[in-house]
Amino acid sequence: MQKSLHLDPAKCTGCLQCEMACSYEKLGEFNPSRSVIKVFTFHEEGRFAPYTCTQCDEAWCLRACPVDAITMDLSSGAKVVIDDKCVGCKVCTISCPFGTINYVQETGKVAKCDLCGGDPECAKACPTDAITYIDANATGYDRMKAFAEKSLPSANTTS
Amino acid sequence: MSWTRKILRVNLTTGSIATEPLNMEWANAYLGQRGLATKYLVEETDPNVDALSPENIFIMATGPLTGTMASTGGRYSVITKSPLTGAIACSNSGGFIGNEFKNAGLDMIIFEGKSPTPVYLYIENDIVELKPADDLWGKSAWEADAMIHAKHQDPNLKIAVVGRPAEAGCLYASVMNDLHRAAGRSGVGTVMASKNLKAVAVRGTKGVKGLDNPAEFFKTVSDGKKVLADNAVTGEGLPAYGTQVLMNVINGVGGLPARNMRDVGFEGAENISAEAMHEPRASDGKPNLTTNGACFGCTIACGRISTVDKTHFSVKDKPQYHGASGGLEYEAAWSLGADTGIDDIDALTYVNFICNEDGLDPITFGCTVAAAMELFEDGKISLEETGGIELRFGSAEALVASVEAVVAGTEFGKILGMGSKRMCEKYDAPELSMTVKGQEFPAYDPRGIQGIGLAYATSNRGACHLRGYTIASEILGIPVKTEQADSDGKPELVKAFQDATALVDSAGLCIFTTFAWGMEDIAPQIDAACEGDWSVDKCLEAGERIWNMERQYNNAAGFTADDDTLPKRLLKEAIKSGPTEGQVSKLGEMLPIYYEVRGWTPQGVPTPDTLSRLGLS
Repeated sequence: MQKSLHLDPAKCTGCLQCEMACSYEKLGEFNPSRSVIKVFTFHEEGRFAPYTCTQCDEAWCLRACPVDAITMDLSSGAKVVIDDKCVGCKVCTISCPFGTINYVQETGKVAKCDLCGGDPECAKACPTDAITYIDANATGYDRMKAFAEKSLPSANTTS
Repeated sequence: MSWTRKILRVNLTTGSIATEPLNMEWANAYLGQRGLATKYLVEETDPNVDALSPENIFIMATGPLTGTMASTGGRYSVITKSPLTGAIACSNSGGFIGNEFKNAGLDMIIFEGKSPTPVYLYIENDIVELKPADDLWGKSAWEADAMIHAKHQDPNLKIAVVGRPAEAGCLYASVMNDLHRAAGRSGVGTVMASKNLKAVAVRGTKGVKGLDNPAEFFKTVSDGKKVLADNAVTGEGLPAYGTQVLMNVINGVGGLPARNMRDVGFEGAENISAEAMHEPRASDGKPNLTTNGACFGCTIACGRISTVDKTHFSVKDKPQYHGASGGLEYEAAWSLGADTGIDDIDALTYVNFICNEDGLDPITFGCTVAAAMELFEDGKISLEETGGIELRFGSAEALVASVEAVVAGTEFGKILGMGSKRMCEKYDAPELSMTVKGQEFPAYDPRGIQGIGLAYATSNRGACHLRGYTIASEILGIPVKTEQADSDGKPELVKAFQDATALVDSAGLCIFTTFAWGMEDIAPQIDAACEGDWSVDKCLEAGERIWNMERQYNNAAGFTADDDTLPKRLLKEAIKSGPTEGQVSKLGEMLPIYYEVRGWTPQGVPTPDTLSRLGLS
C-alpha cells in the first residue's frame, strides 16, 4: 500500500516539532531553516498551516531536471534528489507549481521531502496529528466522515 | 553539550561588538538562562546601580534545551535590574526568538552602556551589526516589527522590541517578541529602552547540535511528551482552555481577588472565563477564541489566539484590530477584568491587544488601574487629574481610555505608568497599592490561599505567581494536594516550588510543563542534552543555588526581611464573603519557618553554612 503525508491545518498549533524532526533526520541538527516541511503562520487569520511536497505522480521537478538527479523511490513513491547528481541549476524549483523543492545555498543543491524512506519523521513528531502518514487512497476520508456525520438522522429529531 | 558556548557582548556606549566563550564552570553550576545570566549580572554589576543608568546591564539568555526537540524548549529570558522594584528582574518569554538566538550560535547576549542614539541590533548568524533606529523610535512594537521585517526583506527574522511606553519611561514596559509573546514583568522593556536599544532582530540558520547523548535524549524527550499528552492539565485543559481554565476554578474556591483586592470573589468571572471565550457572540456568530497556538517546540499549545467583536465600542472604528492576535491569558483576564470589576470580555481582549502592541505588562497595568479606581472612588484623585476619565470599578470605557492614555503618554498616562506603588504614594494612600517590593500581584488571593501569599512575599522579583506556583498543590493537587487554608507545611512547599522553578527557568523549558512533569522527568532530558551529570539532586541543588544567589543580590541592593511582606489589606482585612470568608494571610506564622527551612537567619540572610553548602561563599 502506498502512503501519503496527510496535512490538516485545522489541527496545527505551529509548534515546529515537525521542522526540528525533519532537519535532525537529514542533518543531525535542529535547524528549522533547513527543514523541507514548513509551517506557515497566518497571524491575522489566527491559523497555522504545514506544507510540503505532495509527491506528484507525474512530477514536474523530475521531468524538468536536465541531469536526471531526481528519481522515484519505488517503495514509497517519493521523488528523491540524488545529491551526487544535482548540479544546483534550480530548473526544478521553477517547474514545481507548489514551491516545495528549493535551492539550499549551504550545499549548492536542491532539497525536497523524500518521505524519509517511507517513515516520515515529521508525522511521528507531530503532537496533534496535523501531520499523519496514511493510505494514499484515503487522504480525504476524515473530511468525508465529518460530512457523513452531518447526514446522520439525529436521535433527538422526531420530524 | 547543547550550549553553543558562545556569548555576544555589545557595548552600546562605544558600539563595540565582541564574542567570548561561555564560562563553562558557571554553566555547570547555574545551567543557563535565568541562573547563568543572573550569575553574569551579579559578577559584573553593583547591586546598587540605578536600573535605568548605563551602568546596569541587560542580558538576553537562552537555556541549554532552547532550540531542541524537548517539549517547550524554545524559551529565552531577559535578566537585568528592575526599575519597578529595584530587585533582580528575570522575565521569561516563549514564541520563536529563543530558538533563533540558539540557531545563530548564541547562548546569551549581554548589553552594556547606553547608545547615544536609538539603535537596533541585527544578527544574521555571524554577521552582527548595530543599526540606526531613529525611524523606529516613537513607533509601537508592532509597527517597529513590521518596519524591520520590511527593511531586511526577511519574513523569517525574529524580533524582540519595545513599544512607546518603554521609551517614555513607563516602569512596567515589557519586551515583546513575535508580536504577542512577552518578557513581561518587572519593567525589563524600560531598561532596554533606557539604553536606546529599540529592538533585536535575529536570523539563525546554523543548527543546534552536539547533544551529549542523542539516543538517550530522544528517548527522554519522547517520554516527556507522552507524560504531557496523557496529563489532564497539559494534555486537555491547557490546549482547550488555556490558563483561563482557572478563572471559574479559582473563583469557585474563594481565591479570586476583585476590585483592587477589596473583595474576594467576582460576580462577573464567568463572563471573562475560558468558557466564555468559546461562546459564539451575537454579532457574527464567532467565538472570542479563534484557535490555540504553540510557542516554539511546545506540545501543550496553551496560547490563545482571539478576535474582538467588530461591533464592540473599543474597535468598531479601528479595523486594524479586527484580525486575530494574542488573546487573554488568566493573569491578564484577572488583572484587566476581575481586579477592575469589569466583565466585558471584548474590552479586556482589546486592552490585551494594546498591551501586546505597545509592550505593557498587563498584570501591573491592570492592577494599577484598579488602584487608581479605588483612589478615584475614595475621592483621592480627581476627574481633572484623570484627564476626564470616570475611573469607576466596572467601567470598560475607563479601562480602554486608561490604556490609550498610557500609550499616548498623556499626563495621567504617565501617572499610571509609574505603577501602583508610586502612584498611591503620590496620592498619600500607599496602603492601596497591592504590591510586594513594588510589583503588583497576580490572580490568586493570599488570604484565601495561604501558600501563595508566602510565595509572593518572598519572591525575588516582587509579587509573582511564577516564582513558586503553589496553586498547583493548594488548588489542583499537583503533585500532592495541600489544604489552601492551612499554613502548616507551606514554607517547605514554597521552598520546593521556588527551587524547582529556578531550575526549569534556567533550562530553556516552560514552567507549565510542571503541571505534569516532576524533576524526575526534567533532569534526564537536561542530562541527556548536556555534558556533566545532571541528576535530580544536582538539578534541585542548582535551583536552590540560583534562588540564594538572587536573594543575595537583593539583600545587597538594600532589601531586608521587612520587604518580605504583604499589603496590610491582606494581613488584616478579612475576606467578607464566600467559601473563604473570615480569612486573612497567616504570613507572620509562615515567614520565620520559611527562613529556617531555607537556612537563613531570622533576618532573612543566608547563613555562612548555607552559602558554603551551595558554593556561594
